[in-house]
Amino acid sequence: MRRISQQEGIGRRGLLQGAAGLGAAALLPAGAARAQDFSGKTIEWIIPMSVGGGSDTWARFHAPFLTRHMAGNPTLVIRNIVGGGGINGTNQFAARARPDGLMVLGTTASIQFPYLLGDPRVRYDYSAWAPVLASPTGGVMYIRPELGVRGPGDLAKLKAAQGLKFGSQGPTSLDMVPALAFELLGLDVQIVFGMQGRGQGRLAFERGETPIDYQTSSAYISQVTPLVREGKAVPLCSWGVLNEQGEIIRDPNFPDLPHFAEFVQAATGSPPSGPAWEAWRTLFVAGFAAQKFVVLPKTTPAAILEAYRAAFRKTLADPEYREKRGPVIGEYDEVTGDGCDRAYASATTMSPETRQWCRDWLQRRFNHTL
Amino acid sequence: MIDALLSALVALSSPDRLFYMALGVAIGYGIGVLPALGGLAGLSLVLPFIYGLDEVSALAMLVGLVAVAATADTYSSILMGIPGSSASQATILDGFPMARRGEAARALSASFLSSMVGGIVGAVILTGAVLVARPLILALGTAELFMLAVLGLSMVGVLAGRSFAKGLVACGLGLALGTIGSAPATAEYRLDFGTIYLSDGLHLPVLVLAIFALPEIVDLARGGGTISRTAELGQGWVAGFRDILRNWWLLLRTSSIGSVLGAIPGLGGSVTDWIVYGHAVQTEKNGQFGKGDVRGVIAVEASNNAREGGALVPTLFFGIPSSGSMAVFLGGMTLIGIEAGPQLVGERLDLTYAIIWSLAIANVMGTALCFMTSPLIARLTTIRFGLIAPVMVAVVCFGAFNTSRDIADLYLLLAVGVLGLFMRRFGWPRPPFVVGFVLAQPMETYLYQAVQFYGGSFLLRPGVLIIAAIIVVFVIIGARQRKLANTEDESEKTGSNPVPQAIFALVPVAIFATVLWDASRHSFLGAIFPMMVAGTMLVISLPIAARLAFARNAGNLLHDGEQDADPQAGGFWTYLLWFAGLIVGTALVGFLLASIVFFLAFLRWPARCSWTTTLIFTAIANAGLVAVAHILVLDFPSGLLQSLVDLPWPLR
Repeated sequence: MRRISQQEGIGRRGLLQGAAGLGAAALLPAGAARAQDFSGKTIEWIIPMSVGGGSDTWARFHAPFLTRHMAGNPTLVIRNIVGGGGINGTNQFAARARPDGLMVLGTTASIQFPYLLGDPRVRYDYSAWAPVLASPTGGVMYIRPELGVRGPGDLAKLKAAQGLKFGSQGPTSLDMVPALAFELLGLDVQIVFGMQGRGQGRLAFERGETPIDYQTSSAYISQVTPLVREGKAVPLCSWGVLNEQGEIIRDPNFPDLPHFAEFVQAATGSPPSGPAWEAWRTLFVAGFAAQKFVVLPKTTPAAILEAYRAAFRKTLADPEYREKRGPVIGEYDEVTGDGCDRAYASATTMSPETRQWCRDWLQRRFNHTL
Repeated sequence: MIDALLSALVALSSPDRLFYMALGVAIGYGIGVLPALGGLAGLSLVLPFIYGLDEVSALAMLVGLVAVAATADTYSSILMGIPGSSASQATILDGFPMARRGEAARALSASFLSSMVGGIVGAVILTGAVLVARPLILALGTAELFMLAVLGLSMVGVLAGRSFAKGLVACGLGLALGTIGSAPATAEYRLDFGTIYLSDGLHLPVLVLAIFALPEIVDLARGGGTISRTAELGQGWVAGFRDILRNWWLLLRTSSIGSVLGAIPGLGGSVTDWIVYGHAVQTEKNGQFGKGDVRGVIAVEASNNAREGGALVPTLFFGIPSSGSMAVFLGGMTLIGIEAGPQLVGERLDLTYAIIWSLAIANVMGTALCFMTSPLIARLTTIRFGLIAPVMVAVVCFGAFNTSRDIADLYLLLAVGVLGLFMRRFGWPRPPFVVGFVLAQPMETYLYQAVQFYGGSFLLRPGVLIIAAIIVVFVIIGARQRKLANTEDESEKTGSNPVPQAIFALVPVAIFATVLWDASRHSFLGAIFPMMVAGTMLVISLPIAARLAFARNAGNLLHDGEQDADPQAGGFWTYLLWFAGLIVGTALVGFLLASIVFFLAFLRWPARCSWTTTLIFTAIANAGLVAVAHILVLDFPSGLLQSLVDLPWPLR
């Protein structure tokens, strides 16, 4: 059984990094020479989430392409290590992965969030890893038509609406992004926890239990657009996506919807700012714009990292990948190389002030202590 | 609609698609036969291979697997008393006593046939659901879901056995242990003692294996001999068929209840099992439930196959998986490029019909396969138990560990196993414990959400009132039955010394006190449910302990299965210590090495095999374990040794 103590965690992590560094130094020449060819090798892809979930499906979708495009066509094995909402498997990766390129980790929002917010159970450090792929997604916020709100111009009406409720998966889950969005808009929304998955939240919306909800893009497109057509739901805004320069722009899947920052500006007359906005922005990137990463230990020889990046570059250009990615990834462009590194930086760094603000806010708003 | 239904059948009947379906059936059968691995493990296994198949073939394979796993998992439930998956727990209650009585063949035959009928009813209901599922599911809000959980809880009345008070406390114990982990309303961690393992809550499969299988294994090992006391299979294949015909009405009822409850997202499969089992006990006359009544097998097996059809409804039409295996099924659909949602009732209706046909055909295929192979497998019950016992122990450990793949699974298995052993000995019914456990989370979540959404007036919603009326009717019917089901040993064994019984009665008291203490450290919303459960239960459980200790005659409360124990048989503690030894060994040298030593020692001494037999048997059994671990991409639990030395797989 694992005891959790931050003290011990840091000590052990430091030790491991040191050991890993030494190991890498010793291995470097041999490692670099072998890096080009993975034939006969088995690569373990750690997914700290259960089989069949979003992250697992994403990894399983990628696995055959990676085998195809890596020199030597290595065997890929997806290993699901569950527990603690993803923290357990990630801790194990942090403790076990060696800089030999044979073990990679697929991260996701629920692994980024506890790290950003300083959850004491976290024993991993994103700055000890190097990303080789970043995978974005998006989300759309929508409301019930009875509220009579059609767009940002009706903010006053939305603010005055009685009994706004939202079904959330938990205070520090991905659903912290919409919760902060309500805060930025000054909406008085009663947040009801205990939803298991966004699907249940949507069900509560459809049953009329919650008048405001959001879904990630693929679920929105397949499940909510039919409701919009029937006049049972009104979309307000998308969360947006990041462009090459790291600015938030409209989501290409929903070109007619304003992105969230745009929505705030149109509704309140000024662009969003302040600590709540800083927090929203970082969590939005970590939760949506760069939701999933493939990472290896930073001490991995550059040639091996490059082999992964090259394999993903070829994957992203593979016509079969482009044809089939729709249901799994949506029409979002995954990135590798510089774009990936930039997204990684903004998804995994949060200033100490913003982190403290988030912790205080969670305490104030939900009486939740990390 | 008929057109589309027929063209889907034509599409499905091409040889290559039937081949993939048969492949799915074969894998599902293999996984189902292995104890403690259900459809979930099977689906995870084939997921890497469906990529690149055409839509219909892939769906046929996935559906075939799910359908037959729910049929084949009956084997271990009936023949060994080990839940074949966490979804066939209630089958043990009557199926295993039948096998011990020498009626394994009859129980299996009845179970396979009811599975098949249930599966087909599930497919029919899914066909109807295409039209009405949406409004129906949307009509059931959080308030109604809470009431369905209460309906489940009301079954404790008929599952409690001889002492209702003890049954109530057992249920409370389940509810209390079910509150461990993240609180639904606040995400606070309750009773996690700073560990990640406990912060996820206790895992149902481990709990069920521990509470049902371990006490049986210990009991069988002590008794020696064979599982079937008569060392016979019985000529029951035809008898099972007759049982089905005679109980056709029960069969139809439980199939329909199973598929309807299965279609409700967020209730959970085992809740359905227990509601259906409780329903059979309440409504069937002259029941011998819990002691090998074939109707108990029929009810549960029909319902758990029908449930798979029902569970497809929210999965396909809402994209909301209602169980672990449905989550994997949904992942599989995404991988082959099908998105769940309203389009499956619209432009992609052909796929829905293909799934329905697959479900029906696969159920027939699976039943045929089970019938063909069962004379062979049922022979297990006539083998000397000394040989089977170590295999059962290894398999139970393996199944438990596969749950979250943390060595703590094994510690939990041991701890709850000991609890189960004593519950069995001192006459504390175990089914209410499991019912309480599976209901804790839905009850708390939906109660909180219903109050948030509707306020106190949620109790006046029409749906709530209807379910409340159903509960009242069934509780009255159940109470009027001649005798409440006795799910445990019924003979009057009051025990010569009440002191151990009184001491054991303090265990629930201590657990409730701990829950209460922990709750006092949490916020109101995080604490209210465990506090209510533990508070109420303290009031009930303390007097029980007191009466056992001080009353001159505690009446129904007294029970000790050890009274008149056969002095020739092994001691009460002996085999428990063997099991504990395996777990301690695992903590030291890892599971595989510990298991090899365990096999060698057990076969050589308690089972008195020759060294040749011992070695050959140990080699075969452990090679089997390694093979399954390899297929499932599983590392065995590692111990102290592995943390010091880097060993190659499978010793790693």
